[in-house]
Amino acid sequence: MRIMAGVGAVGAAASRDWPINLPASPKRPRAVKWINSFGFCMTGRDSLSLLSTAVSTDGRELRLQQPRTLYDKIVDAHCVRTLDSTGRQLLLYVDRTVLNEYTSPQAFTSLRAAQRDVWRPDAALAVVDHVNPTAARRVREMADAGGQKQTDYFATNCRDFGIELYDILHPLQGIEHVVMTETGRVMPGMVIAAGDSHTTTYGALGCLGFGIGTSDIEHYLATQTVIYSRLKTMAVEVHGALGPGVTPKDLVMALIRQVGAAGATGYAIEFRGPAITAMSVEGRMTICNMAVECGARGAIVAPDDKAFDYLQPKVGLSPAMWVHAVAEWGLLCSDPEAPFSRTVLIEGAAIEPMVTWGTSPDQALPITATVPDPCVEPDPERRRDIERSLRYMGLEPGMRLTDIPIDRAFIGSCTNARIEDLRDAANVVRGRHIAAGVRGMVVPGSSTVKRQAEREGLDRVFSDAGFEWRQSGCSMCLAMNDDVLAAGERCASSTNRNFEGRQGVAGRTHLMSPAMVAASALNGRLADSRVFAVGG
Amino acid sequence: MSGAAAPLPAANIDTDVIMPKRYLKGIDHSGLRDGLFHDLRFDAGGEPNPGFILNQPSWADAVFLVVGPNFGCGSSREHAVWGLRQLGIRALIGTSFAGIFFDNCARNGLLALSLDAQQVGRLLTSSADPARNLMTIDLDAQTLFDADGAITFEIDPLLKSMLLEGLDSVGKTLKDRAAISAFESSYLAARPWLLKGARTSTDQA
Repeated sequence: MRIMAGVGAVGAAASRDWPINLPASPKRPRAVKWINSFGFCMTGRDSLSLLSTAVSTDGRELRLQQPRTLYDKIVDAHCVRTLDSTGRQLLLYVDRTVLNEYTSPQAFTSLRAAQRDVWRPDAALAVVDHVNPTAARRVREMADAGGQKQTDYFATNCRDFGIELYDILHPLQGIEHVVMTETGRVMPGMVIAAGDSHTTTYGALGCLGFGIGTSDIEHYLATQTVIYSRLKTMAVEVHGALGPGVTPKDLVMALIRQVGAAGATGYAIEFRGPAITAMSVEGRMTICNMAVECGARGAIVAPDDKAFDYLQPKVGLSPAMWVHAVAEWGLLCSDPEAPFSRTVLIEGAAIEPMVTWGTSPDQALPITATVPDPCVEPDPERRRDIERSLRYMGLEPGMRLTDIPIDRAFIGSCTNARIEDLRDAANVVRGRHIAAGVRGMVVPGSSTVKRQAEREGLDRVFSDAGFEWRQSGCSMCLAMNDDVLAAGERCASSTNRNFEGRQGVAGRTHLMSPAMVAASALNGRLADSRVFAVGG
Repeated sequence: MSGAAAPLPAANIDTDVIMPKRYLKGIDHSGLRDGLFHDLRFDAGGEPNPGFILNQPSWADAVFLVVGPNFGCGSSREHAVWGLRQLGIRALIGTSFAGIFFDNCARNGLLALSLDAQQVGRLLTSSADPARNLMTIDLDAQTLFDADGAITFEIDPLLKSMLLEGLDSVGKTLKDRAAISAFESSYLAARPWLLKGARTSTDQA
């Protein structure tokens, strides 16, 4: 098997030949960039397209000359036309989508009924991920009749409309958001809308990604556009550095706790600051992915050398085109004076490993804390919500989080099942064994991740520690397949939602990082992964 | 639109709770009425839970739900909105709605109306009283009437027209086919790399 062998080397060599070598980094060619009188960066081509935009649309030229956020630049570049006098509603061109078997069927049925075609079949990828089993032996036939009907209809739709399908037996099958990035389909500056809320993941590569419902999938498929309301912008600036053993998952959980489950509703987030610059691309995927849990419908990190290094071996561009693309991508940043609607400051060093104790992702605390007491909550509605959560979770106020016993440990999901996540968790469990009575599962984010982990021997590390090493899929993140919690079972989970019933009717979910899940599995109760750090 | 309103004051009622996953296994819109709020409406034996507001006589025919903050958060599943419509819900009134859910409501003729916390508090009180839980919403006049009088509200003009006229939005957008094609041509011409990587290289498998 070869994975785009050689492209990276060729691209890197070509980059060094780029004639205008302004920056220190030899890998990152920049286009000629100049700061205009309004203080934002443009290329010659940008200025021309701005001019034509100003002529062709209604009264937006003034706004386009103001300093803009990266979010607004991406939206402006995809605006086919405005739909109201304020310019807030617009017809937005969408570069790509990924389809799954459970949110797409009714969209295709509507297309068929109206005898409409798919506008750009090559811009869509279809992946079976939500309903498939993750047992070791893969077969196309499913015991679940509903899942079988969905995967069959999915295959029929892909065949009839000319859309590429990664079905359950395909070697690149995996969770849609993991597959999209690892197959090079996500590039900076794109707009990607897809029928899954965690489409925000793609912001890690400088894209605007957001989830849409089935009606909008139909609209996208037929028109390559969606009707879009421009969002407000929120800068999340993370200063300092994350402490040892503190992961991107902990950062985004701390953010959600700080701003609340609706704190970023109506906003697109731009993550910035030293801790984001220092973060790996996969770590950025984790924070952009889970930003939707505080309501953000878009979460972006300006693309940098790390993003380009990640992309180069995956996107398959010719050397000349790579140079051209990177020159444009390097301009994808907020202007220095760009106005954000809101700025949230986070001190990276203050973050500790986080776990949720309740049934909303913002009901989270550092692992060193105790279960909150609703009696000290002054707001009666919030007190009632805390009481309801504690009742569902079967927890008593004041107990130490590290005293909460678990039945299950799940490492998986589009938030935290990439290779770095599996390495983190494997480093905790290597040479150790999970506690008696705990069932542990590892579900790699994709078949590609699974193969890579097996090349590194991680499957053995997990198996020796007592974890089940399974096939890829969404699995027990949302339990649409046969991976479910029994009523009352309590699970340490590297997933993104701790809603009531999310992992099974009356199941209890504690969200945390993969390393924290691994540590909790070893202890048989919620645990601080820093205790098990390599060399610790 | 007139009828009974029911209070659902809990914060962060997510789409997993509105439409549990075992009702997501279809390829059409059928059966979602049964799934709506299933684990709240029914007990483990499938019997109606008498404690749930929509199972009580004064609210069983509710057409409006007065909801807590961040209603509809979580999964993008439009099944949640289809189920609400199938149960006869015509409007939701709350302080805030999750973004994808809000759009899904708009695409299905379900008004998701945002009012300030004080107004929603008043409506939670009136909707909880069987003698005072009748409401009327005049979308055209942007006015809601409950037992305590009228509340005028703001609504995006485009959303209002979508809700009032029930347009086929795909058909409407396709009238802009030429504009989309022209945009696409110049957009892609300036970014030729976007035409790459859209199909799997056989090398990858």
